[in-house]
Amino acid sequence: MDTLFGITGKDFAITAYDSKAVASITLMKIGEDKSRELNPHTLMLFSGEPGDGVHFSEYIERNIKLYGIRHGIEMSPRAVASFARRELADSLRSRKPYSVNLLIAGFDVKTNTPSIFWLDHLASLADVPFAAHGYGAYYCLSLLDRYHRPDITEEEGIKLLQKCVGELRSRMIINMPDFVAKVVNKDGIRIVKL
Amino acid sequence: MAGSYDRALTVFSPDGHLFQVDYALEAVRKGSCAVGVRGADVVVLGVEKKSVLKLQDDRTVKKICMLDEHVCLAFAGLSADARVLVNKARIECQSHRLTVEDAVSIEYITRYIAGVQQKYTQSGGVRPFGISTLIMGFDSDKVPKLYQTDPSGVYSAWKANSIGRSSKTVREFLEKNYKEDMSKQETIKLAIKSLLEVVQTGAKNIEIAIMGSDSIIQRLELSEIETVVAEIEAENEKEKEKTKPASTQ
Repeated sequence: MDTLFGITGKDFAITAYDSKAVASITLMKIGEDKSRELNPHTLMLFSGEPGDGVHFSEYIERNIKLYGIRHGIEMSPRAVASFARRELADSLRSRKPYSVNLLIAGFDVKTNTPSIFWLDHLASLADVPFAAHGYGAYYCLSLLDRYHRPDITEEEGIKLLQKCVGELRSRMIINMPDFVAKVVNKDGIRIVKL
Repeated sequence: MAGSYDRALTVFSPDGHLFQVDYALEAVRKGSCAVGVRGADVVVLGVEKKSVLKLQDDRTVKKICMLDEHVCLAFAGLSADARVLVNKARIECQSHRLTVEDAVSIEYITRYIAGVQQKYTQSGGVRPFGISTLIMGFDSDKVPKLYQTDPSGVYSAWKANSIGRSSKTVREFLEKNYKEDMSKQETIKLAIKSLLEVVQTGAKNIEIAIMGSDSIIQRLELSEIETVVAEIEAENEKEKEKTKPASTQ
């Protein structure tokens, strides 16, 4: 199952996802992009039903973009998360709900604070210092509980994520390919090597 | 839109005119002037900013609107109609990106806007939009594009054009002074020069937006416009000196 996790630090948020695409018992692809850049300072990771993930996240991406063009200013990460949650809530009581779990990582340029939002397919929304989705969450969350601090620096954050990946490699029955990590800070979104 | 209104307001006259469309063009002619010029690798849009009323916050009065990251629109005519049309176009730009995973081409969005304008000349209970638009941008082929639409729903591509107040005068000026493959500076100068034909009060009533092949919209600061205006005025002075008859002894 897809593993997504992310942490906030002093002035950044860093997220990571496993890049494999699975169909039943077969590894279809390594190097799958499970993220979408919603605006220059907000990143969304998705997991769950493969088609739903792409469909839903692209729909959110386009609406956030439209807001930015209409109003000449980008939506804050909190507003983005609220909007995504609302769409999930509306879909929940429709004929076929979207089956996607999301992790929204953002940097609010007005208040200069990073944030991570955990959303699931039942339209729950939680503003948390760190979060994870998937079976990998069972292993990562305990590590993050133990070693995460609110004022963690970027280098320490990357080391912490490396610890998580190491744990998954050694204890999860599924082989884990390389993880893709992305950092969100005041300068925008960039990929880092874990 | 139509709902229970089934009676069309825009109907043919005996001599084949759609009077509502003609009247809409009149409304456009009353709006402030907008000019667009295409250079070798740059497109420039210029608009006449009506005199800023003392108590008004002029940052909220925008006449050049961004439709998507690589498309810009300037209009002449009823601002409220423009607001509605621009909103529809913005939604279409994002919708296009969602369905075909590609940015709109300038011609596509122009055709869409012209299509909306035409629909409102052939629907029940509505009147035509009272605006003409100048749409500029770059497609993936890195060639500059400039299009114009009007209330009838007609659209076409232009090398340089003007709409709104005194557009005929400005267009004639552009026809006389347009050169193929102008550089960025020459294009900006031509746009400002043509607007100065209409705008008597100078740089503070002119707004300029430029787009280069990098598809990034750049709005000129007041100081930059003033520099070009000063340059133009100096050139005009020199021209006047040259044509002045030799001083009498």
